[in-house]
Amino acid sequence: MSAQAKPQDKANQKYETVIGLEVHAQMRTETKIFCGCRVEFGAAPNTLTCPVSTGMPGVLPVLHRKALEFSIRTGLAMDCKIAPFSRFARKNYFYPDLPKGYQISQYELPICEHGHIDIEVEGATKRIGITRIHMEDDAGKNIHDPSGVSLVDLNRTGTPLMEIVSEPDMRTPEEAGAYMRKIRTIVRYLGVSDGNMEQGSLRCDANISIRPVGQVEFGTKVELKNINSFRFVERAIAYEIKRQTSVIERGGEIVQETRLYDTDRNITVSMRAKEEAHDYRYFPDPDLVPMVVDPKWIEEIRAGLPELPDVKRKRYLNDLEISEDAAAFISEERATAEWFEAAVDKGGEPKSVANWMMGELTRRLNDDKLSFANCPVIPIKLVELINDIDSGKINARQGKTVFNSLYDRCKSMIEESPVKPSPADGSLAFIGKVEPVTSRATSSVIREELGIKQSTDTGTIEKAVQEVLDKNPDEVERFRGGDQKLMGFFVGQVMKATRGEVDAKTVNEMIKKKLG
Amino acid sequence: MQLYELTIKQAIELLKKGETSPKELLEALLSRIEAIDSKVKAFVTVTADEARAQLGNKTDGALSGIPLGIKDNMCTKGVRTTCSSRMLENFVPPYESTATQKLWDAGAVLLGKLNMDEFAMGSSTEHSAFFRTCNPWDLKRVTGGSSGGSAAAVASDMCLGALGSDTGGSIRQPAAFCSVVGLKPTYGRVSRFGLVAFASSLDQIGPITKTVEDSAILLNAICGHDPQDSTSAPEDMAGTPDFTKQIGRDIKGLRVGVPKEYFIEGLDAEVEKINRDAIKQLEALGAELVEVSLPHTDYAVPVYYIIAPSEASSNLARYDGVKYGFRAEGASDLMDMYMKSRSEGFGAEVKRRIMLGTYALSSGYYDAYYLKAQQVRTLIKKDFHDAFKHVDVIASPTTPEAAFLAGEKTSDPIKMYLSDIFTISANLAGNPGISLPCGFTKNGLPVGLQLIGKHFDEATVLKAAHAYEQSTDWHTRKPAL
Ligand SMILES: [Zn+2]
Repeated sequence: MSAQAKPQDKANQKYETVIGLEVHAQMRTETKIFCGCRVEFGAAPNTLTCPVSTGMPGVLPVLHRKALEFSIRTGLAMDCKIAPFSRFARKNYFYPDLPKGYQISQYELPICEHGHIDIEVEGATKRIGITRIHMEDDAGKNIHDPSGVSLVDLNRTGTPLMEIVSEPDMRTPEEAGAYMRKIRTIVRYLGVSDGNMEQGSLRCDANISIRPVGQVEFGTKVELKNINSFRFVERAIAYEIKRQTSVIERGGEIVQETRLYDTDRNITVSMRAKEEAHDYRYFPDPDLVPMVVDPKWIEEIRAGLPELPDVKRKRYLNDLEISEDAAAFISEERATAEWFEAAVDKGGEPKSVANWMMGELTRRLNDDKLSFANCPVIPIKLVELINDIDSGKINARQGKTVFNSLYDRCKSMIEESPVKPSPADGSLAFIGKVEPVTSRATSSVIREELGIKQSTDTGTIEKAVQEVLDKNPDEVERFRGGDQKLMGFFVGQVMKATRGEVDAKTVNEMIKKKLG
Repeated sequence: MQLYELTIKQAIELLKKGETSPKELLEALLSRIEAIDSKVKAFVTVTADEARAQLGNKTDGALSGIPLGIKDNMCTKGVRTTCSSRMLENFVPPYESTATQKLWDAGAVLLGKLNMDEFAMGSSTEHSAFFRTCNPWDLKRVTGGSSGGSAAAVASDMCLGALGSDTGGSIRQPAAFCSVVGLKPTYGRVSRFGLVAFASSLDQIGPITKTVEDSAILLNAICGHDPQDSTSAPEDMAGTPDFTKQIGRDIKGLRVGVPKEYFIEGLDAEVEKINRDAIKQLEALGAELVEVSLPHTDYAVPVYYIIAPSEASSNLARYDGVKYGFRAEGASDLMDMYMKSRSEGFGAEVKRRIMLGTYALSSGYYDAYYLKAQQVRTLIKKDFHDAFKHVDVIASPTTPEAAFLAGEKTSDPIKMYLSDIFTISANLAGNPGISLPCGFTKNGLPVGLQLIGKHFDEATVLKAAHAYEQSTDWHTRKPAL
């Protein structure tokens, strides 16, 4: 133990934190879970409503089969048991954004139970249990006007949600963050949610308690409500651990309560005590018949599952031998993985493709706020470029220039075309869409146009090398005296003199030979 | 015979022959309403203009030109739907309930919306927030409820037929009190979409008519699967057969079960005698009487008064003053607005049931009340299932007594609740049941016979009811108004 350890670090060695998360994922269905209203973010208030979603007298809910399918798909991806018999329950409470006076949720018979996912923290893999996944309908939104008037927007009312409840298996804020990110990755892979935390399509509540190391019983738990960013998950939990530890250290007791995370002050504040907790009076919803899921349908859904990120990552490591970082980066998003796999399919050398993707390509995409789901350059074009470099037609530095021109050219060709990226595309669909539009932009066309080629004429190279050595006698002296770092300087000077049109490796070898 | 006295069947024939016109028929009924509804008080809203506008919309439908009344808990697009509650006094739905839409699609015409116990909670139509409907046979007496307006309007010839809804006897009990035919179909036979929910697992829409044949005609029109109601049965169960086809067939060899638990203490002696005579009449028509047992009958009322209020407490949560309906003035904050709006907007009986249901669902009480009640409900279902292994229909009195005096039971809810003692079980079990006129007490008050059938076997119920009806003249008697 270091003498400089901060007080909470010391305390944390006395106490163990127990964390369980309830993640609400908005499903990516076109319509609401119990009616035909469209699901859309950012529409004018109360335009996406109907008598069902506004809870008018006499209307009835009808389950959207897609929501059930998405829940089952998620459950299968998380190794859950799919309930052969499942049903909806009403969760009763009054709030202006809840037009029916109850939420339709699931209580004692959820659609999925007993699953798990694996997370990676500090190089180690940890398995986190999934207690259950159930379906429910979202509430609307209250808007408090500065004039003192409160307004209700029911556009979000009835949006299908999945609540994914974990076992209390996490022990650190980092594990909770990694879990949250993994949930996001999986639901995005499955196409069941866009996992967008900013727009509220992924929200989480955290249950946190601490206990002396070695104690088997859980401590009193505190629930943190409505955390809406990955950063806040870790921060809110870290604060809460600190707070609970200090209460116990001072001889106090943890009160079972619900707290809210205040993002501005980075603290948690009490929302309601256990005594004030709602009695939701759950009971089976008599308007919806129990769901009896056909095992054949479950198998169909299972057969349609995509290869999941963990499997991909391992395959990239073992079969394609790319680095751990690259495998993690590429497998995190399905679109990235598909783009990568398409490039490798076209004959791209996996390590080079990965390097380009993580480097120059990601830099350009980030600048343009794009992703691999709508990348202007399609995989085959990068593969051709990589081949041009490997075959010595151009050098790596020229490659960058060609790549950037290629990217710009493809981007403007797409902008001028009628092709528009749609959120439903996914990378493969987008590649298919833009392929004909950008067919005239290729590595070879750009090389020709820019007149970029690599000189292989050893005479020219030798002449340039000799000139550089002649101009820098001091450096030559120091190099001979053992200052190997100067090699970079000589190569740089030669490249400059030849405007980069020669192969750095050849230059390197020639200098070595001359000074050796 | 006056045009307003026609049965639906007779009116259809006259219209077909061109002996009267839809316009003539409609005006006759509107005049009849004008003349006597001030005494009976069956209508919350009379839709004369809408009815006139509806005429001729569809001239070749099964019900073209037939003016009907609708209980005021079925949503009618553009026409105020109040549930006889202050809470919805000015509520105009922007959608039509499936059952009524089917009537208009068949060419029927909406005469008006009929009074009821507030949110269908009651057995006398005294719990309407607006006024009490009077029994046409004795205006001092109640019509029964909650579909009292529908039964009274049909009994007094203010409409050719009506729709009611039945959660624990709300069609059959007022039909018995008013000497008309009331049919509660099998749960799932008629869509509940647009029916303002009281107790979702029990509510069912059904016809109230002057004759059994009319009942079959209206059931034909309103039944069938509705994709907007998950609890409506598939079309091959809900939409078949043609019920009028059973009308007129004989009942030789029909096995009629007589449940010993229904002829009990508390059953009025005169009503018992009239019902026993009616059952003997079935035997005389060729039916075979079989004594059956429904051993859990005693639990039906308590089970009902846990399940129905529980569902109601949740169904009525939406009336919170936020979006539509009544909102109290002068609330200081959100909680205050909820409390004031619901205190002022709901009547005493509705509040009583909301509180009962809220209590039964509360954590710590759920297992002892709601869950237990559901378990007993399963036993009651099984009682019927077992009995129907031996019989085709079950016959019993519809009510333990004839229509009581207004005000007689309003101060004693339990007494009021017991008036549904024979009808509640069919709702809990989901079976179809009909009440039809089977005689009058010495005081001239109507008495009803109830026939309960197997699930989705309304055909047999209607066949037996029709055979009985045609062998008597009770259905032809009219109240003096
Ligand atoms: Zn909708």
